[in-house]
Amino acid sequence: MLDLALKGRPRYWIWVSFLITMILIGFICWMREHHIGAAFTTGLSRDVTWGFHVGQLTFFVGVAASAVLVVLPYYFHNYRVFGRIAVIGEFLAVGCVLIAMLSVFVIMGQPSRVWNVLLHATPHSIIFWDMVVLITYLSLNLLCGWTVLHAEKKSAPPPKWIKPFIYWAILWAPSIHTVTAFLYAGLPGRPHWMTALQAAHFLATAFAAGPSLLIILSMIIRKVSKFDPGQQAINKLAEIATYALIIHLFFIGLEFFTAFYSQIPDHMKSLIYLYQGLEGHNRLVPWMAVSTLLAFIGLIIFIFPPLRKWNVTKVIAAACVFFSIWMDKGFAFVVSGFIPNPFDRVTEAWIALNEFLVAAGVWSVGALVITVLYKIAITVKEKAVFDKYGQKQVVE
Amino acid sequence: MITRRDFLKIAAFSSLLGLGGAFTINALEKEPGQKVLKDIKALKGKRWAMVIDTRKFKTQEDFEKVIRACHKAHNVPEIANPLHEVKWIWTDDYEHSFAGTAEEYISTEVKERKFLLLCNHCDNAPCVRVCPVKATFKRPDGITMQDMHRCIGCKFCMAGCPYGARNYNFLPPRDYIKELNPEYPTRTIGVVEKCTFCNERIDRGLLPYCVEASEGKIIFGDLYDPNSEIRKVLSENIVIRRKVELGTQPMVFYII
Repeated sequence: MLDLALKGRPRYWIWVSFLITMILIGFICWMREHHIGAAFTTGLSRDVTWGFHVGQLTFFVGVAASAVLVVLPYYFHNYRVFGRIAVIGEFLAVGCVLIAMLSVFVIMGQPSRVWNVLLHATPHSIIFWDMVVLITYLSLNLLCGWTVLHAEKKSAPPPKWIKPFIYWAILWAPSIHTVTAFLYAGLPGRPHWMTALQAAHFLATAFAAGPSLLIILSMIIRKVSKFDPGQQAINKLAEIATYALIIHLFFIGLEFFTAFYSQIPDHMKSLIYLYQGLEGHNRLVPWMAVSTLLAFIGLIIFIFPPLRKWNVTKVIAAACVFFSIWMDKGFAFVVSGFIPNPFDRVTEAWIALNEFLVAAGVWSVGALVITVLYKIAITVKEKAVFDKYGQKQVVE
Repeated sequence: MITRRDFLKIAAFSSLLGLGGAFTINALEKEPGQKVLKDIKALKGKRWAMVIDTRKFKTQEDFEKVIRACHKAHNVPEIANPLHEVKWIWTDDYEHSFAGTAEEYISTEVKERKFLLLCNHCDNAPCVRVCPVKATFKRPDGITMQDMHRCIGCKFCMAGCPYGARNYNFLPPRDYIKELNPEYPTRTIGVVEKCTFCNERIDRGLLPYCVEASEGKIIFGDLYDPNSEIRKVLSENIVIRRKVELGTQPMVFYII
């Protein structure tokens, strides 16, 4: 089936060339960082040691995990509407896990020593487990998506042996994001991150941002190809995103209550820094204001059924929710965990150009993988869309 | 004494000549270093700890002597920018050293005092827990070690340390060493480094550089030995530690 990715219209090749260019630029910037040092190429310091890249890991692990939202209803509950997009969800997960893993890789000061994580496997370190769960999830989604698509190409139901792997991937999805939350939740000196709600909150944000991205991608697929993921499926994704978004906003409220009712300074300071500014430092205040505004625009559109169902407003809301959560989880959350520092001082951080271009290169790797996989899936699905029972599906 | 560099030279040369290991071992035995290894009188501690008598540090020179002794011996790069500096032992004021527990109405004299800060060599060290490659590990005698040749530079330990005691080499450190000490290795860019309680000296039966340079203002010893000087000092003075509430069990005590 890979040959299907080698034939395409000019716009497909323009897009692929663009991504490859971005990957090369990112690679050069990454090499530059190792040559002259992260002091000049990132916004990081001894006080804020994790920033944009770790944020991208956190955010994209969530988007990857959200594939479970189409896979689980379809394979576990026989929810047929998602038959057309299950593979689309799985392939999105593959690309996003890749982005997440590369985002950790690019922060390493000594990338050539990365094998030490396996050579000196350390079960008490969460990074070790993150590596294990992410590699497993990547493999599972690639295997399940590919096998199901292959069966579809042959107009047959998927082979029986794939079922245990599909169920395994369903169980694995929440686990990858839980493990990612544990990177933060167990650190004694970082009160902003140290909340038992962390994993649950991560999942809520993931289940809002992931389907939002899937809505946008489905609309694009509909526009550029003859394959239609199905209006009913897209509407259902919007419903899921609505519930997840409400839970996310509720969880923010819970964090505020715990911090401000307890009046423990360490728990309040990071939140004050994010939303109001602390001791004159307020670089992230406008950033969070925009993020909050986008979340509420998304919420308003999503909770009113006519607005949620109309494709124009639906896509606007999906973009708002996606970027709101990306701004929060992909940067602000990570940086604010380091503020104030262990000496009760504020050191701010911002995204450096070199750092951003490295991240753009990493996104492009993910986007390229998703593009190629989608190209294959769409070409197969344009000809025939069969569900897991081997029955031909018609567009509603 | 035979240095590691010499040993590697001998080993490499003898291998090149096809003489194998025997030659290397012969060469080693003739070196006085071998004698040191045999008759080692290393400080035999079960749990190393440090008490800093903050009352005795009066002048800026008192602190500088201690910091210089450590930084010079360990080839710590001198980087001026506080955002990317590397420091194994340094000072800060009372309010920031004891952030969260500092007393507002304590005497002005204490408020104006400076406090020596360094890795606390916690009993329950978060940095050891989070390190994915065991580059940060615990010795049985309580020293939290940092293997700068295994570190992958993920900076997880820096997120984990509640004392800000770990340094990442954001810049090529060798460019910032003014006076090189050939006895101690230098570091590469992109790794974490920190105070190791001078494990290299303890293993040779010597006290850490900072303790030696402090001339009695810092007391170092075995916490598990009831007859040790450190236990005597601890029982006779009121001491505080940084962020005890986090359960990390820091092993640096401050006499106020």
